[in-house]
Amino acid sequence: MIQLNALAGGLFLLTVFGVIAVRQVIGCLRLFVIQSILLAASACILGYEFASIHLLAVAGITLGVKAILIPWLLLRVVSHAIHARREITQVLNIPTSLLVAAAITIFAYFIVQPLLGISSTAFTRINLPIGMAGLLLGAYTITVRREAFPQILGILTMENGAFFAGVSIAPNLPLIAELAAAFDVLIIALVMGLLARRIHKHVGTTLVGKIATLKEE
Amino acid sequence: MELLCILAIPLISAGLSIIRTSTQRMAAGASVLGTLAVFILSWRAAWGLGHGIEIPGIRGWLSCDGFSALILLLVSFVGFAAAIFSWGYMSARIHDNGGKRVRRYYRRYNLFLFSMLAVPILSQIAMVWIAVELTTLLSVFLVSFENTAEAMEAAWKYVVLTCMGAALALVGVLILYWGQSLTAGGAFTWSGLTEASPKIPPAFLKTAFLFILVGFGTKAGLAPLHTWLPDAHSQAPSPVCALLSGVETTTALYAILRLIPVMDGVSSAGSSTWLIVFGLISMGAAAFLLIQVRDYKRLFAFSTIEHMGIILVAAGLGREAAYLASTYQMMTHAVTKSFCFFAAGAVLLMTGTREISSVRGLIRTSPIAGISLMIGGLAIAGAPPFAVFLSEFSIFRAGLAEGRYGVTGLLILFIIIAFGGIMYHVNRMVFGQGQTGPAPGSLPLSCRLTLAMTVLPVILLGFYMPEPLHNLLRFAAACLGR
Repeated sequence: MIQLNALAGGLFLLTVFGVIAVRQVIGCLRLFVIQSILLAASACILGYEFASIHLLAVAGITLGVKAILIPWLLLRVVSHAIHARREITQVLNIPTSLLVAAAITIFAYFIVQPLLGISSTAFTRINLPIGMAGLLLGAYTITVRREAFPQILGILTMENGAFFAGVSIAPNLPLIAELAAAFDVLIIALVMGLLARRIHKHVGTTLVGKIATLKEE
Repeated sequence: MELLCILAIPLISAGLSIIRTSTQRMAAGASVLGTLAVFILSWRAAWGLGHGIEIPGIRGWLSCDGFSALILLLVSFVGFAAAIFSWGYMSARIHDNGGKRVRRYYRRYNLFLFSMLAVPILSQIAMVWIAVELTTLLSVFLVSFENTAEAMEAAWKYVVLTCMGAALALVGVLILYWGQSLTAGGAFTWSGLTEASPKIPPAFLKTAFLFILVGFGTKAGLAPLHTWLPDAHSQAPSPVCALLSGVETTTALYAILRLIPVMDGVSSAGSSTWLIVFGLISMGAAAFLLIQVRDYKRLFAFSTIEHMGIILVAAGLGREAAYLASTYQMMTHAVTKSFCFFAAGAVLLMTGTREISSVRGLIRTSPIAGISLMIGGLAIAGAPPFAVFLSEFSIFRAGLAEGRYGVTGLLILFIIIAFGGIMYHVNRMVFGQGQTGPAPGSLPLSCRLTLAMTVLPVILLGFYMPEPLHNLLRFAAACLGR
């Protein structure tokens, strides 16, 4: 079981790296779906191990909302012109940004060490650092990607990372909070998708990293 | 029961705004009456607390202590005033009367108000996180309401940066939960956490505190993650700006300050140093940035960042006197800053421009807007007869009493720089020589009414503090102490 969970964790981290590196916008979305399925898988494994029906419910909610509803919504809301794009200009080129991402991952392990030193199970040792890395790498994605769509996926990756850590460290969070959080993530995707569509309609571009009329002189 | 009503009323008003009508009266009237009802209920809750009566809610889910009641009162007051102001502002700025856009505005307005009212009275920390996140998501389309390229850009920056912050804060909340579950403590509420905190390993509390400070700090506009704030707070319609700047930032700060008693149990030195450092950096950055603005709404937005810094520094100074000064500053800032944005909205209606350089001699073309802007500028900069002066003065006194001369000195320096910056711009706009065209008409009645209503506490609280209000502040400060 631990090996299975470690496998899910490793693949999860790989998809996070993928969201940073893949240029095709629609490819990023596919990676996000795989990432959400892996999150659900990890929740399932932990649920089985702790015999907790609660975590199985979390896995179900994650699958329903993040692997099906959000991708469907984003594809519907955001027009084909946006998601079929390839992003040519990035702030950093891909090899450099992957190197920085590797450094951030090591930093994530460094942050959680003092916490793991106090209390840890085999599962938290895998999930917490990987979740933390997902969180920080999601934030990093937002800063290096200029297209609106990968930035949305960066936010969603951050949430996924937080929940990947969360299933191991806070398995008994009230179910209503989990439900509300899933609903919340859904609204994030909807609001940002609609806003990206409006920006595309009114401004004519979704290179949000490049529009900067509002700034200090 | 009151708490449930407070949450239900904005939802009902939002529902009423969907109904298709020929004029905007239905939606606007429902919002004004709804916010008035919420204000009265919050006042009753705060009044009851002032006499030492706890407010019943749903056990473990909804509760209201002194600090919550203070925030609740501020949100509902500014919400009520902004609803009245919206009436005139919307009919003057949006010309499809009763059309889709106005109804959409009121629906979003009420939903936004709902999320802000939920933050202080929810007691489960996980739910508070969700409510703070909702305040962002439900106000994004209010920021982009004008549909210009700049408004869209502002809304995008707003949602990306604050959602990023919220995700960081979520990890902080989860780590707190983990820490509490190690102690086998009770419910995951603010009070439950405070009780359990001495038994939680300090490493957990410190990590969680930093994540939450940075996360919610982004939402409160703390430097260096403040870049979205001047954009969003200058592009939104003026009544929304009053809510965003006056109270939305305050609710985010509320979520941070709630951790002070939790942190006090273990290492008060660590957390208060972080608060002071972040506060001073924000104050310094804002004080220098607001000298070179070109847009008068941005001017007030930078002043919001500065005031968030002041409140944080005051909370970091520690002990009762500083906590009292910090809650006092929260109250005066919310009241004064919303008045400033109402005045800015009046100027916008009278001149049609947001550029400081194209507004000159306002006192001659439209005296009401000019006088309001002058009062707002003086009051927010901290000139003597107004409320902010007293609250800032009480912070200095608390700082000196604690023997923190360096921090207090920097605080005074930044406040003086900001004072100079604000007054330089406002003075030129109100009294400057120049050629602003004549006003296109008189200010709508509802806008004048709002200005008259909100200027009262700005001036009055500088002279006289009613007994129940003072009690409320004391109870709020007591919630921050341990």
